[in-house]
Amino acid sequence: MADEIRFISICGMLGYGYEVANLQKAIEEYKVDFLACDAGSTDPGPYYLGSGKSFVKPAQIARDLEPALIAAVKNKKPLIIGSAGGCGAKGHVELFLDILKEISTRNNLHFKLAVIYSDVEKETVLNALQQGRISPCGPVAPLTKEAVETSVNIVAQVSTEPIIKALKAGADVVVSGRCCDTAIFAAPAIMQGFDPGLSLHCAKIAECGCLCARPAGANDSLLATIGKDCFTVVPANPARKCTPDSVAAHSLYEQPDPNCFYEPEGKIDMDKSVFEQVTERAVKVSGTRLVEPEKKTIKLEAARLVGYRSITIAGSCDPLVIENLDKIESQVRKSTQANLKGIIEPEKFSLRFMRYGLDAVTGIKLCDKLPSEVGIVIEAIAPMQKLADTVISLARSTALHQSFDGRKSTAGNFAFPFSPSDLSAGEVYEFSIYHLMEIKQGQNLFQLKMEEI
Amino acid sequence: MKLYDCAKVIRSKNAGPFTLTIDMIFDSEDIFNKVINSDFFNEQKIAELYNVPALQIRIHPFRSILAIKVTLPRTFASSGSAFDRDVYGCQQHFPLADLDV
Repeated sequence: MADEIRFISICGMLGYGYEVANLQKAIEEYKVDFLACDAGSTDPGPYYLGSGKSFVKPAQIARDLEPALIAAVKNKKPLIIGSAGGCGAKGHVELFLDILKEISTRNNLHFKLAVIYSDVEKETVLNALQQGRISPCGPVAPLTKEAVETSVNIVAQVSTEPIIKALKAGADVVVSGRCCDTAIFAAPAIMQGFDPGLSLHCAKIAECGCLCARPAGANDSLLATIGKDCFTVVPANPARKCTPDSVAAHSLYEQPDPNCFYEPEGKIDMDKSVFEQVTERAVKVSGTRLVEPEKKTIKLEAARLVGYRSITIAGSCDPLVIENLDKIESQVRKSTQANLKGIIEPEKFSLRFMRYGLDAVTGIKLCDKLPSEVGIVIEAIAPMQKLADTVISLARSTALHQSFDGRKSTAGNFAFPFSPSDLSAGEVYEFSIYHLMEIKQGQNLFQLKMEEI
Repeated sequence: MKLYDCAKVIRSKNAGPFTLTIDMIFDSEDIFNKVINSDFFNEQKIAELYNVPALQIRIHPFRSILAIKVTLPRTFASSGSAFDRDVYGCQQHFPLADLDV
């Protein structure tokens, strides 16, 4: 076993951009053993998982992938990409592979490709549900049969194990479907026998690129070294540095608990972690340990369609309009519902007024004083796009002309910046599964496909 | 003094689509201690501000970097669902940031 393993986390999200010169520096000067990048997240919401679309545009993926793929293949260093296409369902992975293959052909690159699919059949989830092997992940309602049946694109998060399997099969490039962010970076280290607690903690810090540095930036590369009893992180860009505080503070980011986090491999306990400045820009971390779980679980994610959205955007600077927004809203709701009788019943659609300047951001009025200007987004959600468009059209014209006691601006209540003023915003999804599934002994969920490019 | 004024960093973010987490980082141990020991900074008070059951609120002090983390469920809506108002959860540090400590 080597004394240490080195890698580059190319950037916080494939497609967010990075300094391409970092790659050569990482390979020649830092002598990395592999290159890796996270390419997905649930952050942009359920729409992307549900619709099969990528929240990063193909041109952005190609821009970030091309230099990394060339550098990896030419220097014979493995490249690992997790949560391909943003959400890692089959459609996302295929979209990513199309880009990867196009780049390979254009640059005459040849390598052994491993693709890990993370899609899970409904049948598998329903069986697990029936056998009591599904539990909520965080403050989520218990899973129901109905939620499974109405879900689209159920994915399971790939852990280090399937990536290790792909690497052992000789993969030069690993493209994984939905993947634990940590697995992407920790798999090669764990495969070579490095401490899994340290490897996973290092991976957790590295997966966001330079977000753990000062100045922070997800659009820059981080270099990491995992050793026998510690790991070190340093930004590739000399304009950034890691400090014990900046790295420790990163354990707060997007995590419910600053002292530990959970992965399929177990609980990563950072209670005794020590962060030390070792060079001007590098930080060493030790003391982290893995507590193995009693049962092996993986996280499932899925989305389901709840309707179609249509919106209109407007604003007002009339004090009486602003003062009477509650009344205007309730009158608009009433007359829209009454007017649409026979076309769509009130319980089939929702109408929402988001009052920017008053309480739209948190839903809570933070100040009693009325602002001098308020922006309004009116939103309709209905079972069909056409119906949502109809609801918003009527709600918009009603809101414009709605009268109220003492009204002075009798020609119209709102300024609409655009013509057309209404926008069809498409499908609305929600996360319908966000649960842990206990894995049975020997159960293999992830399909591994090897291919010569 | 309001939390917003005494914190060096105060921010919110999703911790998964069903959970919000609010981080505060302070400049001095003195302010950190004042906040963590304040009668106005507790699960009950935060529960009232966010209309969430107090039992579902977690306060995690992280003394080594003078930080406090508050974690609460997204009871109003999961990220990006029909009734959500903040897909990334990045502007939910208010009303907490308005809290007088």
